[in-house]
Amino acid sequence: MTLEQIIQSLELEVLTAPKEVSEITPTSGYISDMLSCVMTGAKNQSIWVTLQSHNNIVAVACLLDVAAIIITEGAKPDDETIQKAKDEGVVLLSTPHNSFYVVGKLWEMGIRD
Amino acid sequence: MRDLDFNDQPPRFKGKVITDQLAGSITRVEELAYIIRIEEVMTKKLITVPPDASMQLVAELMRVKHISGVLVTKDEALVGLVSTEDLIKCLINGELSAPVSQYMSTELVTLNSFDFLTEALKTFARTGLGRLPVLDEQKKLAGIITKGDVTYGFLKALEHDYHEEEVRRYRASHLFEDIESDRTSLILRYVIKHYDFMHGGAASSNIKKALLRLGANPQLARRVGIAVYEAEMNLIIHTDHGGSIHVEIEPHQISIYAWDDGPGIADTEEAMKPGYSTASEEIRELGFGAGMGLYNISRCVDEMKLESELGKGTQLTMKVFLKEDETVGEGYQSEKE
Repeated sequence: MTLEQIIQSLELEVLTAPKEVSEITPTSGYISDMLSCVMTGAKNQSIWVTLQSHNNIVAVACLLDVAAIIITEGAKPDDETIQKAKDEGVVLLSTPHNSFYVVGKLWEMGIRD
Repeated sequence: MRDLDFNDQPPRFKGKVITDQLAGSITRVEELAYIIRIEEVMTKKLITVPPDASMQLVAELMRVKHISGVLVTKDEALVGLVSTEDLIKCLINGELSAPVSQYMSTELVTLNSFDFLTEALKTFARTGLGRLPVLDEQKKLAGIITKGDVTYGFLKALEHDYHEEEVRRYRASHLFEDIESDRTSLILRYVIKHYDFMHGGAASSNIKKALLRLGANPQLARRVGIAVYEAEMNLIIHTDHGGSIHVEIEPHQISIYAWDDGPGIADTEEAMKPGYSTASEEIRELGFGAGMGLYNISRCVDEMKLESELGKGTQLTMKVFLKEDETVGEGYQSEKE
């Protein structure tokens, strides 16, 4: 399951894609809006689902090497955050759906770790 | 006249989906096209004939030297070019004894030696020609440039870039080997400002990058990155005036010191417990204040000491011990205590 297929099937808006999404294969997922919990729980190459959209999510994603961040409930990061994500090579995706829905879909698609 | 092809786009990108990776390479090559001058890559050893030489001589030169065009000069000035096509016309007419001036092309597209390669690329694309004479500032013939010369020039420049990057990486990863002392360390210092959420994570991300460049394995760089991130955010969120982070890198261990001048922690034992937090509602809304920071650090480092005095400040010391296969800077053996 590539990130490209996930983007298509969940109809995610791509805010930044500094890496080739067809070449990224997320192996696990994590959901939390508390950054320190993400630090503890998210694995390498996981998809992180959150409704946080401020610039510190990029720092966290970068340190953890997460495959992508899905920002839920239509929250939009500001331009500086988007720029920072581009510079740091972090894939930012957005959806109007809530986190519960997104995680349910990811589970259905087979991301269950 | 040859067919004209008005297409400014270099053919290798034509019709291709430009991926980020390709875009990266275009950027560097494009940059080089504006840095390298035509005179740096053109061929300066020229085979020329005067206008009164016979076509017989041109045919002989093309055969012996394996070239497809001969420049015609008079008093160092370029007056024409005999191409294979011109020679064929001459052969059809059976006039090999005719002077070059009778068959040479005189409407020539030329380049200036002091122009950048981008001009050559544009002209090749516009005219469809494979080789162009180059004139110097006095309009005298200085050389000839082919598409092959341009490609070779790019490759040489890119190879040079690549080599420089290799040297830089090699130097960083052998840092500790090359310097002799009883104990060598590299200290990175970062000043963290109170409430500077904009730069939150900058120090930890820079430290992680530095470790990777020094040759640390990614898992180790990640552990240190997480520990420094939590310390960094604590300084941003919980201090009066921010603080400092020093990271001392040695081949056998990494020591991280974070300190501030207040307000201090009342009960350090309590603060270490997962879930304990003094963060405000505003901070929690940003996703901080889960009470996991110090606990996370303890999971990432091998040794951790938290000292604090109310009204004075806090000092947090963290140490990560490196195993032999994790060593940074390739200097483990010589530096180990």
